[in-house]
Amino acid sequence: MKNISTDIIIVGAGPAGMAAALKAYEMGIKNILLVDRLPEPGGILQQCVHNGFGLQKFKEDLTGPEFADRYIKKLGNTGINVMLHTMVMEMTRDRKMIISNDVDGLIEVAPKAIVMAMGCRERTRQQVSIPGTRPSGIFTAGVAQRFMNIEGYLPGKEVVVVGSGDIGMIMARRMTLEGAKVHAVTEIMPYPGGLTRNVVQCLNDYNIPLYLKHNVIDIRGRDRVKAVKIARLDEKGKPMNGTFEIECDTLLFSVGLIPENELSRMISLELSHATGGPFIDDNYQTSREGVFICGNAAFVNDLADYAGTEGEIAGEAAAKYLNDSLEAGTKARVVAGDNVRFVVPNFITREDSVTLYARVTQPMLDVTVSSSGGIINMKKQIVKPSEMIEINLDSEKLKKIKGLKELMIDVRPNK
Amino acid sequence: MSDRINEKKFICIMCPLGCEVTVKSDESGQITEILGNSCKKGETYARDEFTEPMRVLTSTVAVEGARFARLPVRTSDLIPKDRIFDCMKEIQKIRVKAPVKLGDKMIENILGLGVDIVATRDLSL
Repeated sequence: MKNISTDIIIVGAGPAGMAAALKAYEMGIKNILLVDRLPEPGGILQQCVHNGFGLQKFKEDLTGPEFADRYIKKLGNTGINVMLHTMVMEMTRDRKMIISNDVDGLIEVAPKAIVMAMGCRERTRQQVSIPGTRPSGIFTAGVAQRFMNIEGYLPGKEVVVVGSGDIGMIMARRMTLEGAKVHAVTEIMPYPGGLTRNVVQCLNDYNIPLYLKHNVIDIRGRDRVKAVKIARLDEKGKPMNGTFEIECDTLLFSVGLIPENELSRMISLELSHATGGPFIDDNYQTSREGVFICGNAAFVNDLADYAGTEGEIAGEAAAKYLNDSLEAGTKARVVAGDNVRFVVPNFITREDSVTLYARVTQPMLDVTVSSSGGIINMKKQIVKPSEMIEINLDSEKLKKIKGLKELMIDVRPNK
Repeated sequence: MSDRINEKKFICIMCPLGCEVTVKSDESGQITEILGNSCKKGETYARDEFTEPMRVLTSTVAVEGARFARLPVRTSDLIPKDRIFDCMKEIQKIRVKAPVKLGDKMIENILGLGVDIVATRDLSL
């Protein structure tokens, strides 16, 4: 078996992985291997042809491929070894890996540090248990996006989108632009799953109806989807009487994302129920020393910009780990309190600066984001599950946190 | 009835608050009142949406000689919202050849709008 020696391996060349590789390189680590199973770097950004990327990181309104290009061009100016069409087959707790591609076959790698940046997966029809037949014409929104924007196939002409996640709404617009008719977007919650800007510019702009508190309760069709039955949901989320049917040939599911955990499980990382990803500290290090994780593989982010930022932190930390300068300080556990579904990173160890991301359970107006010890106290006009709250902790706040075992974050109404 | 015709509602997207802003106008289409916004940005947003809503259009074009079938493109600047489908018709007509560089003009001055359709990535042979 071929053997490659490398200081750091980075798994996944999306925004998080590319940012991690670039940062580690900048920190002086020259022997870096960046692998991705796709034939080119960029990850899912390449199929996200819409704009809205980069507003945070570059202060510009970029499309996905343009955002990716910023990192790809930089990669080209470094000595980072980018191996494409390459997959990680095996990974052990003592950081031994077997990777494979169509040129070299199986390759052994024993990196000193690992940065995992595999992104996330879409939840499917099965995971939301929609009854009915199993005809063709049922896709996750992201798969339909790849078919359209990269492979050049229109997945269907008469469309219903299940779930109002951002990709679902973006695909509703995309398919409309290419001549399909999108009859409805359904959402079980009383509020949209994605960003307001997408409700306005992807649905309202094209008069695509959004049915809140509705769900598809039956799928009909033998070879191809023929129709769906839609019901209004009561307060408990149960279908009510008075259903209606929409004839369609295509169903897109946009019902949430889950961190890609195959490798995390291989090395027995404990997974958080709240995020679906492994527990991490503020260097994006997992419970296994020298193994870092960032971007959507760690927890599902709202923006690719955040994945880039996390990649930088993980890349820097991996470099420091190699130089023995990654401080193993005392740990304060970060805990989700009232109206907080999750808050990450799970542990605070750093003393310089840390950004926490909190996702609320329910939308709320006029709230205070607070913490144990009164260390955090932020007023917000509105919080929504679709938009993570960013909590910046400076060295002064971190000094106060140092004495704590636990930092509980609450989001409560001001009344 | 006539009251409703002269009232248009917009959801402001300038911040996560998402205010529902109402724009009232007289018969000649002149704005008489803007209501429901929480800040100045919301007023400007609603005014622009009422008078001439503008959008960035992103799409893909057929490409030959590349690894992929489609090349992603965008308008180099904002275009009027009501010209989106006209622009799509033009975009659907063209077929380009790889290699292409990010920023290359695929359609120059589309429909005389003073805006180009440009490639949003490099695509090699």
